[in-house]
Amino acid sequence: MIEFRSVGKQFDDGTRAVSDFNLVVPSHATVVLVGSSGSGKTTLLRSINRMVEPTEGQILIDDVDVATQNPVELRRSIGYVMQHAGLLPHRKVIDNVATVLRLCGIPKKRALDRSAEVLGTVGLDSSLYTKYPSQLSGGQRQRVGVARGLANDPNILLMDEPFGAVDPIVRAELQTEMLRLQRELEKTTVFVTHDIEEAFALGDQVVILKKGGEVAQIGTPQEILADPADDFVRSFVGLERGQRTLRIEEKDGQRIVVDEYGRPAGVLQ
Amino acid sequence: MNWALANRDLLVELTWQHVWVSAVCILLGFALALPVGWFAYAANRSPRRPMRQLSGGVLSIGSILYTIPSLPLLVILPSLLGLPWLSVLSIVIALTVYAFAIMVRSVADALRSVPPMVLDSATACGYSRTQRALTVTLPLAGPVMLASLRVVSVSTVSLLSIGALTGVRNLGSLFTNGYNRDFTTEIATGIVLTVIVALVFDAIIVASGRLLMPWSRVVRAGGGE
Amino acid sequence: MSLINDTVAWLTDSAQWSGGSGIPWRVAQHLGYTTITVLAASVVAVPLGLYVGHTGRWKNTAVLVTGALRALPTLGLITLIVLLTSVGLTPAIIALAVLCIPPLLAGIYSGLEAVDPATVDAARAQGMTETQVITRVELPLALPLIIGGLRSAVLQVIATATVAAFIGVGGLGRYIIDGLAVRDTPRVLGGAIIVVVLALLIDALFAVGQRLAFRHASPADSHPQLKEKTA
Repeated sequence: MIEFRSVGKQFDDGTRAVSDFNLVVPSHATVVLVGSSGSGKTTLLRSINRMVEPTEGQILIDDVDVATQNPVELRRSIGYVMQHAGLLPHRKVIDNVATVLRLCGIPKKRALDRSAEVLGTVGLDSSLYTKYPSQLSGGQRQRVGVARGLANDPNILLMDEPFGAVDPIVRAELQTEMLRLQRELEKTTVFVTHDIEEAFALGDQVVILKKGGEVAQIGTPQEILADPADDFVRSFVGLERGQRTLRIEEKDGQRIVVDEYGRPAGVLQ
Repeated sequence: MNWALANRDLLVELTWQHVWVSAVCILLGFALALPVGWFAYAANRSPRRPMRQLSGGVLSIGSILYTIPSLPLLVILPSLLGLPWLSVLSIVIALTVYAFAIMVRSVADALRSVPPMVLDSATACGYSRTQRALTVTLPLAGPVMLASLRVVSVSTVSLLSIGALTGVRNLGSLFTNGYNRDFTTEIATGIVLTVIVALVFDAIIVASGRLLMPWSRVVRAGGGE
Repeated sequence: MSLINDTVAWLTDSAQWSGGSGIPWRVAQHLGYTTITVLAASVVAVPLGLYVGHTGRWKNTAVLVTGALRALPTLGLITLIVLLTSVGLTPAIIALAVLCIPPLLAGIYSGLEAVDPATVDAARAQGMTETQVITRVELPLALPLIIGGLRSAVLQVIATATVAAFIGVGGLGRYIIDGLAVRDTPRVLGGAIIVVVLALLIDALFAVGQRLAFRHASPADSHPQLKEKTA
């Protein structure tokens, strides 16, 4: 369980990213922080493994304040997946995944075996294990990034727009993969994105953030769609633009689902 | 060719002088530039303004040293240090100063060229500061440093022959001697041998780069992240 | 130290400040050689650099040749060319010019190459001729790097022109070479100091010029210095 208690962050240059943020992320659940740029979502995520030090409030992991822990040890115990994967360009794929294990002092042989196992879990072809990151496609790199985050079998997984830089088809594929991994591994996951569709697809809980880390609404995707808290949320999730109000039209004997503007959204079966 | 064969011993001796003096200058210059360049890089990222100014100052000193023409430096240094003009030590110091002056800026540039995202990701994985510096920053800055080491190597080997003007023995002695005797073969031999030494040094640097950084070719070919 | 006093005495002796071997005349000679050499090298380097930089053709060859030229020892090339032709100023200038081509050429083609291809493409799409693309887009944007190359070239010629005194031409190198021959330390040091001061002054002038050019080419950015050395 991760708990944010009145967390605030003001950067050295005086910009305020977040103020008085409260949230509980239950164990084994996926919570998605979603918001536009400047909403403080990444700052909040990075406060969990002390990549950012909050200026106010506390963050607790299983009732232990992270501020009392050694940041380097803390980071090794938490999986972290970032946009563009952030792989080390001078290490082969499998060595990238083994990084954290080796940092924790696990013998090389065991670290590599475990890495191969996790790479298998995320569905990367074994012929790619000995390639360098630059030889992989964006989607493959992202799988390696996820595998690296999972290698140490952490309880917590932090994901910072991990699928933000890949094309829509690969993105959908990775999201499906992510849902499968979540069912199998049940990590406590905090996921940051600016894409509300992605948030609804992956989140057990979705936190919609306004500017400066102000919470607009917290809830399951169903709750948010059924009962948006205010106009900001309504607009953010697309209810105002009419993309979410669907109706059925008959065309050539097929029943087609269209949105408010008559743009086809799918086929009803 | 006949002349070269007849004077084999002399040529071997001069080549050897040339090789060891330039090798010492290149290595010494690099060894000094690495910590100083690293300091300039780190100081430049400091939030404190005086540190950043100090960083700029260090790099400017490198740049000024580099602007001093070689022959004047070669004659001024011994006087400053109380050494005779003929001393090998003074030419070693002069060329080390140049090697250092070129390398110090490129070490700082090389370190700066390491993608911040990769460093951030390494920190997030749980690298300590020292681990990150030695196993991530340093190797990733390697290719840029290597490129500048190649420039230093070529220019050191070529510059060393100027030392012959103050009487230091190396392949440059073939130029002064050949000119005084009006003997072009000797000069041509000297040029060829100097170029060969430069090429061999370059090949050694490139080969050690491939050995130490097997990923650098792949990364360049693949366009990198 | 008496050496310092002697050198200062040499430098301030009024006899050094007039006549055909006086400091003003030697400085003028040195700057004259430098100017002629750089102009001569430009005749080759400018069109070649523009061609390589603009078309991107022969780029690898240009890199290879400039690299190889850099490996040539200055003193060796000067003595060889002079012996093969005739003793005198012209062969010495030719030798200096050959060594001056690499930095000039590199400055021009790398400057042109560094111009954003999208900008060049946009200029062409708006209907500029190739000449207009070069003169109105590529050259102004490449100016800082070109001046950087010019800076390296000029400083290098100042240094190699000193060395060229060995084959009998004038300039400030005379003091060093002649002083060395007769073990006249104050003269050697005095000459060396003048060359150093001259080089630093000219470098400072270029630094200012480069800054102005960069402000012109890219008003909102700052730029690293670009220099190289071969002599």
